[in-house]
This record gives sequence, C-alpha cells and structure tokens, in this order.
Amino acid sequence: MDAAQKKELKALACKVRMGVIEGTFNAKSGHPGGSLSISDILTYLYFSEMNVDPKDPKNPDRDRLVLSKGHTAPALYAALALKGFFPEEMIKTLRKSDSMLQGHPSMKLTPGVDMSTGSLGQGISAACGMALGAKLAGKETRVYVPLGDGEIEEGQAWEAAMFAGNRKLDNLVAIVDNNNLQIDGTLEEVNAPYPIKEKFEAFNWNVIEINGHCFEQIEAAFKAARECKGKPTCIVAKTVKGKGISFMEDKCDWHGTAPNAEQYETAMAELKAALAEQEA
Amino acid sequence: MADVIKCATRDAYGKALVELGKRDDVLVLDADLGKATKTIGFKKSFPDKYIDCGIAESNMMGVAAGLSTMGYKVFASSFAMFAAGRAYEQVRNTIAYPHCNVKIGATHAGISVGEDGASHQCCEDIALMRVIPGMTIINPADDVEAYQAVLAAADFDGPVYMRFGRLAVERINDEATYKFELGKGVCLRDGKDVTIVATGLMVGEALKAAKILAGDGIDARVINIHTIKPIDEEIIINAAKETGAIVTAEEHSIIGGLGGAVSEVLCEKYPVPVLRVGVEDTFGKSGPAVELLGLFGLDAKNIAEKAKKAVSLKK
Repeated sequence: MDAAQKKELKALACKVRMGVIEGTFNAKSGHPGGSLSISDILTYLYFSEMNVDPKDPKNPDRDRLVLSKGHTAPALYAALALKGFFPEEMIKTLRKSDSMLQGHPSMKLTPGVDMSTGSLGQGISAACGMALGAKLAGKETRVYVPLGDGEIEEGQAWEAAMFAGNRKLDNLVAIVDNNNLQIDGTLEEVNAPYPIKEKFEAFNWNVIEINGHCFEQIEAAFKAARECKGKPTCIVAKTVKGKGISFMEDKCDWHGTAPNAEQYETAMAELKAALAEQEA
Repeated sequence: MADVIKCATRDAYGKALVELGKRDDVLVLDADLGKATKTIGFKKSFPDKYIDCGIAESNMMGVAAGLSTMGYKVFASSFAMFAAGRAYEQVRNTIAYPHCNVKIGATHAGISVGEDGASHQCCEDIALMRVIPGMTIINPADDVEAYQAVLAAADFDGPVYMRFGRLAVERINDEATYKFELGKGVCLRDGKDVTIVATGLMVGEALKAAKILAGDGIDARVINIHTIKPIDEEIIINAAKETGAIVTAEEHSIIGGLGGAVSEVLCEKYPVPVLRVGVEDTFGKSGPAVELLGLFGLDAKNIAEKAKKAVSLKK
C-alpha cells in the first residue's frame, strides 16, 4: 500500500464515520460506538478487497458480506452509500418508518445487504452457508463476516466456527471487532470470550491478530487470508469503540446512544478536520 | 377389502428427497439424525449434495439460509423438537424474515414419538411456526400426501415447515389418483350434522370417528387440512355454515395449532361451537406410540365423543 492509497482509504473511512454520525444523529438512536470501531475494516473491504458492483448488486458471482454484528448497520450503510449502492442523502433516513435503512440490516430492503442480521451469533452461520454454497458451485466468491467481540459469547458462533473449520471453508473470513466493550461493561466484567485467538485456532481456523485501525495491517491480513488454503481465516482486530470521535472513544456508554445536536456538531467538526488532513 | 398399507410420513419424506435429488439445485441438510429423519437415502444417492451439520441445529438453520441465497433449494431436517423448538429464533430471524427458500423437514412430531418421552414429543411446533409471518406449514395425513407435499414444497418459493411423524400410519389416500394442492383443504367425507377438521395422523382417526358417529345416527363431515398455514378459510366457513358445529383433531397442543387456527377463522367469520381434540396443555410421556395416542385422547373414540358434544351445543 503506497502513501496515496493509504490517504485515500483514511479519507473514505472519515466519510464512513460521518455517515455513522449523520445517521444516528438523525435517527436519535442507533449504535455509533461499534459502528465507529468497524469503520476502517468495512472501508477496506468495500474499497480494496471485495468484488462487488453497486450497478449490479445481485450479481451471483459477487463476494458477500454478512454483518453478523448487525447493530452496527450505520457503518455498513455509510460504506454502501459511499460505494454507490444508494444515494448518500438516504443516510439521514436511518431508522425512520418510511426508510429502507432498518435499524438492523435487511437484505430484502437495502441494495448491497447480503443477509438480514441483527440477532447476534446468527450471521456467521449464514456466512458459512454462503461460503459452502460458493464452493459447491465452483465459484471464486469470498465471504466476509464481521463479528462483535461480545457477540461471540453466543454459543451459535462456536457451532458455526466448528462447522467452518471442519468444512475447510477457506473462502470465509471472520473479523472479530475486538473493542473490548459490550453494553454492560468491559468483556472481562461481563463474560469474556478470551483468549479469542486460541479459541478459533482450536476450531481449525487460521488466526491473524492486527490493529484494526491500521490499513497496512488490515491489508496484510486480508492478503494472508487469501493465501491460506484449507482453513477459514479469523482476523482478530484490536479496535477502539467510538474510534475517531474524541469524546466517544473507549466509552461503553456510546454503544447504543445517539449524539445530541451539540455532540453532533463536535463530532462532525472533528471528522471534517481529520478528512481535511487526508485531502491536503 | 384390500390390505391396509401402513407407512410413516417420514419415510415418504426420505423417498421424495431422493426423487428431488435428480435436480441440480437441491441440497439436503441434517443434524446427525439422517437414519431417523430418513434423509439417509438421499445421502446414499447424492453424497455430494448432503451436508451433515452435526448436533448443532441453530447453526444448521443459518447455513441453510446462507446456502439458499446462493441459489440452492435447501431442505433442512431434524426432529420437530429441535427444528421448531431449539432453532426457533434462527428459523424466525435468519430464514423467515429474509424469506429464504428453505424447507424445514421436521420429523418425530407429536406424542407418537413414543418411548423417547416428553423431551422429544414436540406438541408445540405448529403453534411456534404459525406465528411467523410468511411461513407455510404442511402436516400431511399419510405417506401418499407427504410424498407429494414435499415435491410441492420444492416448487414453492419461500420458507416451508413440513411436519412428519415417526409412527407408521394407515394410508388413506389413493396413490394413483391423489393430487396435492398447497393451501387446499380436502373434504374426505360429506356430512350435515357436524364437521371434523383434522390434520396429520388424526385424519385417519377422524374417518373412523365418522363411522362411529354414523352408528349413532350422526352424519359427520370430515375435512383434511394438510396445509395449516395459509389455512383454507373457505372450506372451514362452508363447513360451519352447512353443519353448524366443528371438532378439530390434531396430534399437537390444543393451543395454537389447528384448533387455534380454525377457531380464529370461525370467531371472526362465522361463529359456531368449536371443540378441540389434541394434547390438553400437558407434556407427553414414555410408552408405545399407539397406546399413548389413546391415553392422550388422540383417537377416534374421543373425536366421536367431542363431536356428539359439539352437536348438542348447536343452537
């Protein structure tokens, strides 16, 4: 990755974060914290990694993304809009009763959404089905499934991990957004799934640990995942909940709270400054 | 009289899957129960299209949904207890909400599981599946109907819950002439005094009950409701209008199943006395299947008694 590419990705990630703030502010609800922690990875996936075409969102040969941590839909919608799946203006309609942008992703309503999710632990199973289906059909399709670190407290996540490991689904990449915070507190205070790396390795996965906000490391991880044969890959991404907004960072309370008008202005000013830095 | 043919609907499910295996886009999933659900025949014939998901039904339902988005028609099989019970929320959120083309083959439904007892006797599955928007529910009466229902489900676009039994039951339909129509109730016997609306293995008992009632001078109509959702409202309303009293009969809780569905239709559209034969809000227990059916009132004798009571309630 050269400096120009990195700058471009950083600028795009700023715009995705602006979408998160814009959406949750207008909705007066939603989940900004985890949306901001996964923003860099979603940006990389949609702008550097995945084979998707906003003009042909149902192409059967496309790569798939299942947002198993479905509550962070604001980041997914922002990335999809930026990619051109629908107008960016729509972000302001998030969670409204006449909007196609549901509180949690709906594949029936929103172009670019590959699976309806929201109930934690379920998306990874659907992603396993997609990856297996691609293999059975001899397709090159790759499947990406972002998981919350709290989400993997759900037993079903490990049923799916066992299935993917046993079936050698090397076209499947899970990303654990390890921001270490869930609704009730830190993972340790609630029911920590640590050690995450060793758990996935025990289920016969290739595991890569990275800083989830460093684009060089993100790129290296997804490239390594492509090269790994015979095993699914899990990227354990160390992240910061609320990343990019000073007063939201590493704060549990921003899991499911929308910014008020004043907080919105501050957050947007910070993101505009960060964007200007990348575009300078 | 010709010999009575007895066959379990789960056997017909297995047989129909083997027929469907000729199609390129059909996959069968199971959760380590292939020998019991009868998907084992498909596995033998089409090993590459059979995916044993192991003892992990919740994951199986999600895998089925994911496979369906890749263009496959997916049949996901387990016991009713685990398909509708354990994996309820996965069926609701990951299959039904996105309206995935997944067919759930749920065997070992009801009390007739027999000796395995209450933990495996699912008498709540119809109720659970009925409240899910867009779910189609089929509960065939015999093997002939079950076989054709599976083929019909394969041609239907959307989620379908198919309910099959473990116990071999008497064949009531003619294999040569029977034609399954999704969503259509079947009038098996006309009558003017009372109508028995039955589903699954209780259809055979309903026909026997009608004979008992005839001996007592009561002319009972018998309707087979193989598709519980969407239910055939017209045939039920006409039966209420023409016979004035209804008895429902199902191998399922009297709450939320066929009895519930028929009551909902008639309360709103044409109220008449409705009495329900089914499992009376209790858990099952171990024992030989046929004996248990009698102990839980799931037989012709109880249907006939309820029918007489229903007639007495007519205005």
